[in-house]
Amino acid sequence: MKTFVKAAGVAAALGLMASTALAQGEKVRVGLMLTLSGPSAVLGQQARDGFNLAVKEMGGKLGGREVEVIVVDDELKPDVAVTKVKGLVERDKVDFVVGPIFSNVAGAIHKPVTDAGVFLLSPNAGPSVFAGKGCNPNFFAVSYQNDQNHEVAGKVAQNRGYKRVYLLTPNYQAGRDAMAGFKRHFKGEIVEESYVPLNNLDFQSELAKLAAAQPDAVFTFMPGGMGVNLVRQYRQAGLADKIPFLSAFTVDESTLPAQQDAAIGMLGGSNWAPNLDTPQNKAFVAAYEKEFNAVPGSYSMHAYDTAKLLDSAVKSVKDLSDKKAVREAIAKADFQSLRGDFKFGANGFPVQDFYLVKAAKRPDGKFQTEIVEKVFDDYADAYAKDCKPAS
Amino acid sequence: MNEIATPSPAALDVPRAPALRRYGVPVLVFAAFALAPIAAAQGAEGYILSLLTRVMIFAIAAMSLDLILGYGALVSFGHAAFLGIGAYAVGILASHGIESALVQLLAALGASALFALVTGAISMRTKGVYFIMITLAFGQMLYFLATSLSAYGGDDGLTLPSRSLLFGANLLKGDHAFYYAVLGCLLGCYLLCRSVVASRFGRVLRGAKENAVRMQAIGFAPYRFQLGAYVLAGTLCGLAGFLLANQTEFVSPAYMTWQRSGELIVVVVLGGLASLHGAIIGAAAFLLLEEVLSGYTEHWKMIFGPLLVLVVLYARGGILGMMGGRHG
Amino acid sequence: MSTTLLIIQTLNGLQFGIILFLIAAGLTLVFGVMDFINLAHGVQYMVGAYLAAAFTAMTGNFGLGLLLALPTALAFGLVLEVLIFRHLYDRDHLDQVLATFGVILFLNQAVKFVWGAAPLFVPVPEILSGSIEIAPGLLYPVYRLAIIAAGLGVAALLYGLVNHTRAGMLVRAGATNAPMVSALGVDIRRLFMLVFGFGAMLAGFAGAMVAPILSVEPGMGDNLLILAFVVIVIGGIGSVRGAFIAALAVGLVDTLGRSFASNILRLFLDSGAASQTGRALAPMLIYILMAAILFFRPSGLFPVRR
Repeated sequence: MKTFVKAAGVAAALGLMASTALAQGEKVRVGLMLTLSGPSAVLGQQARDGFNLAVKEMGGKLGGREVEVIVVDDELKPDVAVTKVKGLVERDKVDFVVGPIFSNVAGAIHKPVTDAGVFLLSPNAGPSVFAGKGCNPNFFAVSYQNDQNHEVAGKVAQNRGYKRVYLLTPNYQAGRDAMAGFKRHFKGEIVEESYVPLNNLDFQSELAKLAAAQPDAVFTFMPGGMGVNLVRQYRQAGLADKIPFLSAFTVDESTLPAQQDAAIGMLGGSNWAPNLDTPQNKAFVAAYEKEFNAVPGSYSMHAYDTAKLLDSAVKSVKDLSDKKAVREAIAKADFQSLRGDFKFGANGFPVQDFYLVKAAKRPDGKFQTEIVEKVFDDYADAYAKDCKPAS
Repeated sequence: MNEIATPSPAALDVPRAPALRRYGVPVLVFAAFALAPIAAAQGAEGYILSLLTRVMIFAIAAMSLDLILGYGALVSFGHAAFLGIGAYAVGILASHGIESALVQLLAALGASALFALVTGAISMRTKGVYFIMITLAFGQMLYFLATSLSAYGGDDGLTLPSRSLLFGANLLKGDHAFYYAVLGCLLGCYLLCRSVVASRFGRVLRGAKENAVRMQAIGFAPYRFQLGAYVLAGTLCGLAGFLLANQTEFVSPAYMTWQRSGELIVVVVLGGLASLHGAIIGAAAFLLLEEVLSGYTEHWKMIFGPLLVLVVLYARGGILGMMGGRHG
Repeated sequence: MSTTLLIIQTLNGLQFGIILFLIAAGLTLVFGVMDFINLAHGVQYMVGAYLAAAFTAMTGNFGLGLLLALPTALAFGLVLEVLIFRHLYDRDHLDQVLATFGVILFLNQAVKFVWGAAPLFVPVPEILSGSIEIAPGLLYPVYRLAIIAAGLGVAALLYGLVNHTRAGMLVRAGATNAPMVSALGVDIRRLFMLVFGFGAMLAGFAGAMVAPILSVEPGMGDNLLILAFVVIVIGGIGSVRGAFIAALAVGLVDTLGRSFASNILRLFLDSGAASQTGRALAPMLIYILMAAILFFRPSGLFPVRR
């Protein structure tokens, strides 16, 4: 109750400021909270670059207003993130927080941001808690629900008639969720659920076990450096041509520069690929490559989309302190996503298409994922039904 | 961050006489913390309070480490485990609907003390770097245990429904209330540690650090005293964990990585060993520098790292040593 | 749990242990001889990997890259020694921890500053790529066998150096009683520099060797540093022989534990509980091993007599 009063007070104060300043074109303030240090920094950089690219293309404006983007590194430490996000909300008085990359940081910053009446838009993390019972009108995932890319892989395994599949993920929550997601649509036999320690360097022992089990396919979720190691070692062990490699977040534009030829032909589940054939997407990929000399991954695509989404929302709302209007404007998702079809479900998570993608080498020698086939059309997550929006 | 650096008028009145110098710095520190919220009210209040609360929580953890590290020469490289125990006591009980601060606090302290007693008794068999590594081992075991607790979120951690309830009411909810509660804990811990250090117990502990054989010869078994200090330090750090969980309203294994244990050692050495308030200053310096530098550049660690090296090379005795206020 | 799988896993454990040994050997010597806790030893491993990646990209040949990376890693270690570490030798252990922690922060960020945050790619050298069939149906990559061979070679070389050369004798003497060696007229500073540079080069060599199989990324040395400390503590500080045995033990326990913990537990528990407990237990095993060894032998397996 007390928070409500306080939030209302803050909102009223902001409203006063906003309405007085609107005439001179009140700035929109956006805080980006991303992981920019440590081994996973490359993901945060992709998201930051994607967001900034969109803002730059729109002339440094969102919805026709000047925008100030404040970038903050969460260091992948949940407690650090909480303090820094309070800095964004209270010191920098941001209207929107865009972030984070990792689900454990999302768990930590969700409450301080949404409680303060600020909107949190995730360019990557989409934990199940916030899609189901813990859904919140101030939280939007512009990416996906975490399980969905795994579900794509499971569906593909089922469609292709694989009988025995070997699962391999890191021993942490997202890894366990990945296996659960895969099994949602795959009804065949799971030969083994193999867990490796997080930040595992060497997969040789797992690969030996895997080869001995002789499954029809392997499914894995190995983000970042782990994925680089696994893919290269999988190829070196001579398994790549024998056992189909299904994955999620393992073979993508953030890891391909280090995997290179080793990854070619490996499969993944995704909601997008750089070669998705829409005019906006072509322009985006070209612009991103020109600006940053790297192929954009889904992290940058989501962040770019988030900027476009905010642009559409700010444009249609006069007063940013009118939270209800802003919320409705965001929920409408009245922008052209790089992915093509895109809309929000009632829980603030996307309803979108999902594809099977494959790593490939382009004629210019760079590597990217390319679409093989569409697996789900207008697909919503499995938790949406548990979301009971409170008023 | 000026709020801390600016000495309050009250603190300036403290005479800089040698006898009072050992009290001057701590009085100044606590006065600054007590008055900071007034200055904070001028700016982004919630953010500054939250930052300073974090500083105080880490100060408690670092001070508890200083008790064994500075006075007992027991370098624990697994001290963050107690942060984790304290935090998980809150998280696990809260997820079962037990939100009373008193129950949670008792559980946090009890579990920390018990873990310290068992692991301490085993670790004390070793000396020096072997002690460092065996404490690391216990810390790591606990860390991996926490990551495997699927029911409590595993690596992703779990969000608390709210802060702990005092007498059934949400008294700790406000930023100010919580700030002063943490300040009270910090002061209490400081006074407790001070009196422990000054007591016969503390003298034996220091004696055992200098020369264990001699202490044994004059009839004290250092083992019991060191174990006692270890348990006390673990318990106080458990309190810090309890507060950390409440501040972030979130619990995660990330609180007890070995990197965190290393940071605690760094904080204590940075502030100045064996002075207790040095740990508070170290925590403030470490966290505030991190906050300020990272605001300037993404590559702030390239500034922060060399800064630490310079402190070691040119300022013996950490920041306190630099200030010339170091006491044995 | 077939025999062939067991053989493969044992080979894997050996290979992991060899890498650990290369890092731990330098660490235990620096610690034993100079009584210096060098947390920055792990970043020297990382620097070795980055140098190998950079030189390989420059020359287009991994062998050449490795040859160039080794002296550079040595030079880099010596620069650090002259600039920072030599001022810390007579300091408190905790001062050393603080300063070398600062060096870690700096270098982890510096490689990102220079080479970017994304992992780097190093191709496996052509002649060592591919796998050979060591048992029917089970392939083993040639490059991994090469790592094992190279590591064993280094271990043998180190054994010869430490036990059969004058410098080695001084190192052994230094590990037992450094002030005495100094009092006998040996230039202890030069000895220290030699030991330190050599240790840095070994760590760099380990980093360069794993560059083609692991991802080269910032912070890659941090976790290995901890494992290297585990190794030298189990082995007994200052003992190269202890480090060798402990490194292989840690490598084997970790690898075999991860593969077979659940299977072994299945003998006592039902399947679900076994795999869950196995999962929780596997990453803890080496720490349990270390705690147990230190409980019974508080100075490690091969304590250097002082």
